[in-house]
Amino acid sequence: MSELIVEGLWANAAEESILQGVDLRVAAGEVHAVMGPNGCGKSTLAHVLAGRRGYTVTAGRALLDGADLLALSPFERARAGLFLAMQYPTEVPGVNLLDVLGAALAAAGRDPAADGLGAVLSAEAERLGVPAALLERAVNVDLSGGEQKRGEALQLAVLRPCIAVLDEIDSGLDVDALRAVARRIEEATAEGLGVLAITHYTRLLGVLQADRVHIMIRGRIVASGGPELADELERTGYERWDRPAPAEVAVKLGRSF
Amino acid sequence: MPDLHDVFSVAHAAALGGAGWLQQRRLAAAESFGTAELPSAGEEEWRYSPVAGLHLEAYRPAPPTGGNGPAVGGVLPGSLRDRLGALSALVVTCDGRLVSTEITPEAEAAGLVLHPLGEAPEPVAALGGVLAAPSDVFGLMNDAFCGAPLLLEIPRGVRLTEPVAIVNVLRAASLAVFPRLVVVVGDGAEAQVVNVLVSGEEEGFAAPVAELDVGPAARLQYLNLQELGPQATGIDQTAATVASQGHLAIGLAAVGGSYSRCRVDCTLSGRGATGDMSAMYFGDRDQVLDFRTFQNHSAPDTNSNLLFVGAVEDRARSIYSGLIRVGAEARGTDAQQTNRILKLSEEVWADSVPNLEIENNDVRCAHASSVGPIDEDHRFYLESRGVPPDVAERLIVEGFFGEVRGRLPVQSVAASFDEMVRAKIGPDR
Repeated sequence: MSELIVEGLWANAAEESILQGVDLRVAAGEVHAVMGPNGCGKSTLAHVLAGRRGYTVTAGRALLDGADLLALSPFERARAGLFLAMQYPTEVPGVNLLDVLGAALAAAGRDPAADGLGAVLSAEAERLGVPAALLERAVNVDLSGGEQKRGEALQLAVLRPCIAVLDEIDSGLDVDALRAVARRIEEATAEGLGVLAITHYTRLLGVLQADRVHIMIRGRIVASGGPELADELERTGYERWDRPAPAEVAVKLGRSF
Repeated sequence: MPDLHDVFSVAHAAALGGAGWLQQRRLAAAESFGTAELPSAGEEEWRYSPVAGLHLEAYRPAPPTGGNGPAVGGVLPGSLRDRLGALSALVVTCDGRLVSTEITPEAEAAGLVLHPLGEAPEPVAALGGVLAAPSDVFGLMNDAFCGAPLLLEIPRGVRLTEPVAIVNVLRAASLAVFPRLVVVVGDGAEAQVVNVLVSGEEEGFAAPVAELDVGPAARLQYLNLQELGPQATGIDQTAATVASQGHLAIGLAAVGGSYSRCRVDCTLSGRGATGDMSAMYFGDRDQVLDFRTFQNHSAPDTNSNLLFVGAVEDRARSIYSGLIRVGAEARGTDAQQTNRILKLSEEVWADSVPNLEIENNDVRCAHASSVGPIDEDHRFYLESRGVPPDVAERLIVEGFFGEVRGRLPVQSVAASFDEMVRAKIGPDR
C-alpha cells in the first residue's frame, strides 16, 4: 500500500523561509486535511511536493513509497503516483484535456485506446458535472473557477494516482459541485487513494470526511488530531494556535533584555 | 565568381523568347536590373535580413522555355498531390518551365481561365495590373526573367467549389527561377487558390511574384505554401488589391529554405473591402524566416486582421515587420495586427517590429506582439499530470499554433501543412 512521508521539510520561496519543518504521513485510503490561515505555507507545501519551480528545499525529505520525491522532476513525481490538484489550474492555450490525459496514460504504460479513455472520460465528466464540450477545449482556458476545479477532479479520477494533494479544491465550487467532487474523491479513497487536502475553511470537511486534521501555522504543523480538531477550529479560529514558537519567544526576550 | 549582371543579363532575358510584348516587357526590366544593386540590410525593409550573404551570381538562370519538359508524375514530390486533395485545376511548373495544366470539365464549363502568358499574342494588362512597378529588385528580376507567367481568371459571378493549385517545383541544382502568377477574381466571383513552392535537397533560388486582383464583392482565399528544401533560398512577394466589398484572405505557411522571405502588400482600395492575413511558420537548424507585411487602407470602412504565429528552434532566426497604413480617406478603418513567436532554444533569435502610419482619426487600429519561450507554468501543469517533458513541449507548441491553424485560408489544404510543422517539433526530428 502507498504512503507519503514528509519529514522535517524546510523550504524557501524567494529567499524567504516558508516551510519550517513539516512532518506528515499519509497512507493509502486515508484523508488528511491540512488547515491554516492565509500565508501559513499550505500552498507552498503542495507546490514543493509536486516540484514546482521557484522553491528551494533547505532541509528534510519527502518519500512516496520509498522514492525520494524531492530528487525527481515534476513528471517523474507524477509517474511515481503523485497528483496535484491546483488551487489555480493553469490555462494552457490550444491543448485539450483528451490529449493531455492520453499522453499521461501512455507514459504510465496504459493504452489510452484499450483503456477506453474516451468512454471513461465521458462517464467521469457526467459524474462530476463537467460539460462534454469542455473535454475538447483548451485546458482551463476561459473556464470558471468551478469548472476548473471539476476538471482537476476529473483528471484525478482518470489518472488514478496513489497520493493526491488537493490545494483548495473547494474554492470556487458551489455546494452541489463541491459535493460531487468530494463524493468522487471518497470513492477513489475507497480504492486506495491517499489524500492530502489543503484548505483554510472547514467547509470542505463537511462533505469530505477527514481521518486526520493538521493545523499549520507559520510553516509547521502545530496540532494534529481527528475530525474533532476541525470542529474545535470552527469554534475558536486559528488564533489559539497562532503564537510564536518558544524559541522565537526566547529570542525576542533575549533581545529586549 | 562571375558578375551578377553577367549571369542575369539582358541577353538572357531576350533568350527566354515567347510573344513580342512579353519579350519587350522583360527586356525593359532586364535593362533596369543591369544598373540595379541588391539591397543591403541597412535599408529599413531589409533590416535584420541576411541579404548580404545571398551571392545570386552563384546560381544559373533557368533556361529558355520550349521543348519537352519532364513528365508531371516525376515532378510532384511525394505526398503533395494527395495533400492538395480535390482540385478545380492544377498547374505545375518545374525549373521555370510550364509542365502541365489540368482543369476539370466542371471548372472549365464554369468559365475558369488558365492562361499561360508566354504565348499570348496580345498584351495582357493583368500582368503588372496590381504591381505597376516592382516593389524591389527581386520583383524587378521577376519581371525580367520570368519564363512562364500564368494568368488565372475567375470571371464575374463564377464560384469554384474546389481550389486551384499552382505548384512550382525547383529541382535542378543551383538554378534560379522566377515564377509569376496573376489571379483576377471578377465581380462577385469566389475562388480558393493554393500556390506552392517546393524544392529538393539541392541549392536553389526562387523569387516568385503573385498579383491578386480581387474585384467588387468577390471572395478569394489564397494560401501560399513554402516547402523549400534545406539549402534553397526563396524571396517571395504577394501584392493584392481588394475592391469595394471584396474579401481576401491570404495565408502563408513556411517551413523550409535556408533563407525564406515573404513580403505581402495588401491594398484595400474599395469601400468596405476586407484583407485578412495569417501565417504559420517554423524554423529550425540555421534557417532564417523573414516576413514583411503591409496592410494598406486607402478606402473608407475597410478591415484587415493579421495574425502571424511562428516558432524557432536550434539556431534559427525569424523576422517579422509589419506596417498598417491608413490613408486620410480611409475613415472607419478597422486594422489589427498580431505577431507571436515562440523561442524553443536559447540560441534562436527573433525580432518583431510592428508599425502604424495613420492619417485619419476615425479608425480602430491595434497591434500586439509577443516573443518568448514556452511558459514554464504550462510545462509544469502538463508534467504534473504525468505528461513526459518532450510530449508536453510538443503539445504546447502544437497548441500555440492552434488559433492560426484554424484561420489559414483553404483549410482543406492548410490542415495537411500542420503535419509538416508537427514533424519539425521536438528534439527527435
